[in-house]
Amino acid sequence: MPEQLLFAMEVTLNGLMAGVLYALVALGFVLIFKASGVFNFAQGVMALFAALTLVGFMEGQIPFAHLINAIFGTDIHHFGWHVNALVAILMTMVVMVALAWCVNHFVMRHLVNQEPIILFMATIGLAYFLEGLGDLMWGSDIKNLNVGLPQGINGWIDETTFNLFGYGFFIDNLDIVATIVAVALVIVLIAFAQYTKQGRAMRAVADDHQAALSVGISLNFIWVMVWSVAGFVALVAGIMWGSKSGVQFSLSLIALKALPVLMLGGFTSIPGAIVGGLIIGVGEKLFEFAVGPLIGGATENWFAFVLALVFLVFRPQGLFGEKIIERV
Amino acid sequence: MLYREAGDFKTSYAKDNQTFPIRFDRWGYFALLAVAFLVVPFVINDYWASAVLLPFLIYSIAALGLNILTGYCGQVSLGTGGFMAVGAYSCYKLMTAFPEVSIVIHVLLAGGITAGVGLLFGLPSLRIKGFYLAVATLAAQFFLVWLFNKVGWFYNYSASGQISSAPRSVLGFEVTGPTASAAAKYLICLSFVVVMAWLARNLTRGSYGRKWMAIRDMDIAAEIIGVNPLAAKLSAFAVSSFFVGVSGALFFSVYLGAVEVGEVFGIQKSFLVLFMIIIGGLGSILGSFAGAAFIVLLPVFLKNVLVGSFGWATDLAAHLEIMTLGGLIMMFLILEPHGLAQYWRTTKEKLRLWPFPH
Repeated sequence: MPEQLLFAMEVTLNGLMAGVLYALVALGFVLIFKASGVFNFAQGVMALFAALTLVGFMEGQIPFAHLINAIFGTDIHHFGWHVNALVAILMTMVVMVALAWCVNHFVMRHLVNQEPIILFMATIGLAYFLEGLGDLMWGSDIKNLNVGLPQGINGWIDETTFNLFGYGFFIDNLDIVATIVAVALVIVLIAFAQYTKQGRAMRAVADDHQAALSVGISLNFIWVMVWSVAGFVALVAGIMWGSKSGVQFSLSLIALKALPVLMLGGFTSIPGAIVGGLIIGVGEKLFEFAVGPLIGGATENWFAFVLALVFLVFRPQGLFGEKIIERV
Repeated sequence: MLYREAGDFKTSYAKDNQTFPIRFDRWGYFALLAVAFLVVPFVINDYWASAVLLPFLIYSIAALGLNILTGYCGQVSLGTGGFMAVGAYSCYKLMTAFPEVSIVIHVLLAGGITAGVGLLFGLPSLRIKGFYLAVATLAAQFFLVWLFNKVGWFYNYSASGQISSAPRSVLGFEVTGPTASAAAKYLICLSFVVVMAWLARNLTRGSYGRKWMAIRDMDIAAEIIGVNPLAAKLSAFAVSSFFVGVSGALFFSVYLGAVEVGEVFGIQKSFLVLFMIIIGGLGSILGSFAGAAFIVLLPVFLKNVLVGSFGWATDLAAHLEIMTLGGLIMMFLILEPHGLAQYWRTTKEKLRLWPFPH
């Protein structure tokens, strides 16, 4: 087999893996959008915040240590203990639920019935707020996140492909784990939405707020729940991205990549988020591989957006989105 | 007592339609202009110019531009940073290619080029709406920044990848370059702001402004009553990009002097300008100024209080600043979705009745 083709195959595989990670973030967006009509720009920063909190708990950092030191002139930074990863994840989840409650109680509740674009801008504000809060609580230095996920080249794939083609593919173990986690997450989410009482209530709210209210569904509870689920998805995405490239501010920028994924897949479709993620992941890796060297590289920064833009011109509701019907 | 229409008789249509129908406003406006042009240049120093006045004036132009697009025409754009970069880089290319031509013409031409680029990226707005469009404008942001970073022609293949402005004079005063005086820089920016604000005000209350607002309020309905959505949306994109391009050109040539595109015109800048118009007031000229002033002054204020008075570390102050900014955005959207401009409107109503409210 020609070498270029093998490279392209390897790039495609890696693109699929990257696409899964994009899809992970995009899932959080879709969930909130479906249930409350809010386009949550802060999803990426929520992932960053979750990862920061997780590292903070695991390392036994004292929250707001920097601020406390500045006010009281003390010199504290660590509790001096280390928390088991699983316990820390549970603790972080509690924080994310608390955050969901706060967001609903202090912000979203007051913006009911506003135009979608106002809600969108409110979540941009939320993104900034969380970014500042995360840095203030845990410090802005780059942190390593290690929850015991396998990392490094997958030896089995390397060997097998070497025996088959005479060229070993480089696939990161972490990406494989991420794929498995993403698939599991989607199955859990779909099962949750289809077969549980709360899931059905969530879909009812998504369908029609007022009708849901009239049959006795508590909107506030559903919204807090949805934001908590989105927080959970953010935590999973944060763990994956954080283990891959360290917990740092650029994490929230990577999450911006989830936006073209959404546009491509349609804002309202969970399968759309997955398929869109895969298309974007493969597309940008292949484009960088084939065209990147000719025009200076680093095309990954914009390719996804331009692809989504061009695609939307022909199909404004995305691949799987509901058809947009407008009336005067 | 002073602030009312009563007794101010309008004897012609032109007078009836003037921008400031209340005599007090008119005088206030001229007094402000007089102070800005005749007093401030003599008392200005480098700190005030570079920390407060220049950014305020330049951001005001950008905010006016975005407000035309988002506030008046209802098309949310997150590509402001990218369009400012277009203005800056075209100004740089023009400055180096035609050194003998006046910088004023370069800045205006840079605005024109940006308008062209804005038109191009505005085309999808005919098909894409709402936040689909907001995300689509991110394509402009990331693509343009990448373009100016990677293609050497745009920065004349300089080793550092930066562009820097050479000294240029207007009417015998040096306005760009490291040796230009604070007063000259301030005056050139102020002149641009006054002209641009006049333009924005009159465009938005003319037939184009009414078309934009019709599109904003409901595009299908506007189409049915005879507003051409193609012309209205694209003209909004073009005009808005012109403003943003001019502000980018001034930001580079007069204010900073040297620019590295990813750092200066990144996505943070797009959000910053968007925040200005949200806090100031969507669909308001005064709001653009109020928002720009607020966003420029907030970090200066926080820094002076936290770092200057309490002696906190600067990174701590920076984190608090981001948090405050985000918190304020949410607060404004909840408490006063029409922004600071709305406070001025209510104050005006109260002033009309003062001191005998009923």
